[in-house]
Amino acid sequence: MAEDKILVEDLNLWFGDNHVLKDVGFRIPPNAVTAIMGPSGCGKSTLLRTINRMNDLIAGTRVTGRIVIDGKDIFADDTDVIDLRKRVGMVFQKPNPFPRSIYENIAFGPRIHRMGNRSDIAERVKRTLRHANLWDEVKDRLHDNAFSLSGGQQQRLCIARCLSVEPEIVLLDEPASALDPHSTARLEELITQIKQDYTVVIVTHNMQQAARVSDFCAFLMLGEMVEYDRTERIFTKPRDKRTEDFLTGKFG
Amino acid sequence: MLNLRRGADRGARVVFLLSSLLSAAVLLGILAFLLFYGVRTFREASPLGFLFGTQWNPDAYGEPEFGLVPLLLGSFLTTLLALLIAIPFGIASAVFVSERLKGWVRVTVKTLVELFAGFPSVVLGFFGLVVLAPFIGHLFHVAFGLNLLNAGLLLGFMALPTIISVSEDALRVVPHSYREAACALGATPWITATRIVLPAARSGILAAVMLGFGRAVGETMVVLMVAGNAPIIPHSPFDPVRTITSTIAIELGESSFNTTHFYSLFALGFVLFLIALGTNFLAESLIKREKRSFTL
Amino acid sequence: MSGNRAGLTAVPARGLFLKRSRFAGNRGFLVLALPLALFLVFIGYMFVYLFHNGLGVVSWRFLTQPPVNGMTQGGIWPCIVGTVLVAFVSLVFSVPVGILSAIYLSEYAANNFVTRGIRSSVRSLAGIPSIVYGLFGVALFVNAFHLGLSILASGLTLGLMNLPWIIATSEEGINAIPGSFREGALALGATKWEAIRHNVLPYAFPGMLTGALLAVARTLGETAPILFTGVTYYTRNLPHSFMQKFMALPYHLFALATQHDQIMKVRPLAFGTAIVLLVFVLALDALAFVIRMRVATANRWQV
Repeated sequence: MAEDKILVEDLNLWFGDNHVLKDVGFRIPPNAVTAIMGPSGCGKSTLLRTINRMNDLIAGTRVTGRIVIDGKDIFADDTDVIDLRKRVGMVFQKPNPFPRSIYENIAFGPRIHRMGNRSDIAERVKRTLRHANLWDEVKDRLHDNAFSLSGGQQQRLCIARCLSVEPEIVLLDEPASALDPHSTARLEELITQIKQDYTVVIVTHNMQQAARVSDFCAFLMLGEMVEYDRTERIFTKPRDKRTEDFLTGKFG
Repeated sequence: MLNLRRGADRGARVVFLLSSLLSAAVLLGILAFLLFYGVRTFREASPLGFLFGTQWNPDAYGEPEFGLVPLLLGSFLTTLLALLIAIPFGIASAVFVSERLKGWVRVTVKTLVELFAGFPSVVLGFFGLVVLAPFIGHLFHVAFGLNLLNAGLLLGFMALPTIISVSEDALRVVPHSYREAACALGATPWITATRIVLPAARSGILAAVMLGFGRAVGETMVVLMVAGNAPIIPHSPFDPVRTITSTIAIELGESSFNTTHFYSLFALGFVLFLIALGTNFLAESLIKREKRSFTL
Repeated sequence: MSGNRAGLTAVPARGLFLKRSRFAGNRGFLVLALPLALFLVFIGYMFVYLFHNGLGVVSWRFLTQPPVNGMTQGGIWPCIVGTVLVAFVSLVFSVPVGILSAIYLSEYAANNFVTRGIRSSVRSLAGIPSIVYGLFGVALFVNAFHLGLSILASGLTLGLMNLPWIIATSEEGINAIPGSFREGALALGATKWEAIRHNVLPYAFPGMLTGALLAVARTLGETAPILFTGVTYYTRNLPHSFMQKFMALPYHLFALATQHDQIMKVRPLAFGTAIVLLVFVLALDALAFVIRMRVATANRWQV
C-alpha cells in the first residue's frame, strides 16, 4: 500500500488485569477514511484512544507494542504527547463543547498552541467553521453559548474545534451514535468531504455506516484484529468466517 | 392491634415534624430576640448615629456613642486581609487536590484539611498571642504585635479549610467530558485546569469564597485574643482593631441587663446576623447556579 | 509507558523532553502545591510548638487537681468536668431533636414550601456566628427562661449550635441506606414508622454516631456561646447541679492567656490546658474517623 500514515504493530493493552487489546496490528492509509468496526465491547474505542494516547489518562493502563505515525513510534520516550494530540485530533461519542461561546470553542485550540494573533485566530475560526459546514448556520451567533446549538450542530462544532488546530489525523469515536438520522447524514457528508485533507479513522458499530463512509475497514472482535482491507473487499469477499458472520448479522 | 400500630405511625410522624419545625423556630427566635432587644437601643441612641457614627464609646460619661463604623471596619478589614491570603491559597490548593491528586494521598490531604476546620479557635488565638505577635513585632519593628495584621493572618488560616473544601467540591462537579475534550486538543493539565475547569466552576468557587468570608467575619475568640481590641478606625495594619464579634464578647459581660449598652450589643448582633445570613444565602444560590449550568 | 504512581493521576508525566519549552506541563502544576504545603507545614509547626511547650506541664496531677494559689499552680480538673458536663447537656438536647428532624426530612417530607423552609432554616443556622448564639442564649435561656448563669443555659446554647450539624450528618447517614431496605419491610405490611425503626435506623446509627462525635469535638472548643451563659473564671467546688456556674477548658485557656494578672507566670499552665483541649478534640475526631472507616468496610451494600 501507499506510504501508511499510521502503522499499528503488536499492540497489547491491559486495564489492570483485563487484557483488552490482543496483538492488534493493521495499517491506516493517508487521506482516506478507515473504519474500525465490530460488535459492542470489543475494544474499538480503546484502540482508537490509543492512537492519541488518551488511554494514558486512565490509571492502571499498560500498553506494549508500537504505533508508528509518519515513521515515529508514539510510545517512544522522547515523544511530546501534547504535540501528538495536536497532530491527532479526536471527536467523541457524545458532543462535548466547552461551556463557552461558539467562537471561543473554536478559538481555544489555536490560542493554546499560539497559532497567531487575534485577527489570525478570527480568520481561522471562520475558515474552520466553513470547513465543517457550520459557518452559514452560526455566522450570526458566534457569541452564543455552544449549548444553544442542536445535537447535530454541536457535534459538527466539535469536529470544527478538532480541525482548528490543523491536525493531520482525525479520530472519530462513534460520532453519530447520539444523533438523529438527518444529522447523521450531514455528518457523514462532512466526513467524506474532509478526507481529502486529513486521514480519518472512525469507530462505528453500525456496519451500514462503515460501508457508506469508509474506504478501508478494520474488523475488531473481542480485542483481536480479525482482518482489515478495502471496504468493498471486506463487505463482498470477507476472508475470515467471523467477519462474514458479523456482516450477515449472526451477531451484533 | 393494627389501629394501635397505625396510631403509633401517625404519632411518630407528628413528632418528627415538630422536631424539624424547631429549627425554623430557632432561626425565627434568634431573629426575633436580636431585633426585639436591638431595637430598644434606639430609645436613647439615634439610629443614624448607630449606622454612621465613627465612635464607639458606650460607657462615656456624658454622651455615650454607639457608632458602628469602627467595628464594621474592623470586621471587614480583618476579613479582607484574611481573604487576601485564603483565596489564592485556597483556590490553588483546591485545584491541586482536585486535578492532580488521586487515591489515598488525596483522601489523606482532604482529611487533614477537614480536621483543621474543627480546630478550636481559642488554641489558634493562643498561638497567635504567644508566637505570631512577638514575631510580627520583631519582623516589622513594631511595639505591639496584637493588631489587624495578626488577626487577619489567623482568620485567613481559619477560612482556608472552608474555601479549599467547597472549591474542591465545585471543581469535582465539572463534567469530565470538558477535560477530555481539552486533553484531546493537546492542552496540558495546567491549561485544562486553569482555562477550562476553573472557569467552568467559577460560581461554586465564588460560593466557597463567600462561605470563607462568613467564617472569618463570624469568628470571635481569635480576634479577641490577637486583634488588640481598640475600637478605632485603623490607619495601618499594625493598628489594633475591634470587630463586631469581639465587641460583643468583651462588653456583654460589662454591661448590665436592660441598659442601652446592653441592647446596643444586640443591635450589633443583628447586623452580624444579617451579614452571615446574606453571605450564606448568596453562596447557596451560587452553588445551585453552578450545578444547573452543567445540565443545559 | 506512563505507569501509575501511587496518588498521582496517570496523566502522561514521563517522556516529556519537550520539543517546545512548554513549561506549563507538570512543573506549572507543582507551583499549586506550594500553598497547600505551606499550610500543612504551618499546622504541623503549631502542633509541635504547642506540644513541645505543654507536654512538660501535663501530668496526672495536672489533670485531676483543681487550680490553687490564684490559679498559678495546680491543675484543670474542674475545667475538664465542666466541659464534659456542658457537652453532655448539649448532646442530650441536640441529638434527639436532630435525629428526629433528620428522619422527618429524609423519610417523610414532601417537596413543599414547609420542607424547603425547614431546610433553609437548618442551613442558615449552620452559618450563624457563635457569638450570636451566645447573645441568644443570654436572652432566652439565662433571662427569659430564668435559668441564670448555669451549665444548663450554656449546654442548651451549645445544643442549638450543634443542631444543624447533627441534622446534616444524620440525614446523610439515613440517606445512605438503600431504598430497598424500606421497601422490603413495607412489602411485608409494616407501617412506615416500623419500617424505619427496624430497617433503617439501626443501619444509619454509625453515621449518626459519627456526626454526634464530630459535633462534640467542635463543642469542646467553643468559647463564645458559653462566655455569658454560665462559664466562670473560678469556682471553689465542682458544680453539684446543672443550675450552677462551671469552669471549662477553652475559657480557662483564654483566661490564663489574657485575663490573669500574672500572665507570664501561668503561661506554662496555659500551654498544658491548650494541649489537653487539643487531645480531647483530636481523640473524638479520630474515634469518628475510625467508626466511619469500620462501617464503610463492613457495609456490604455500600459500593
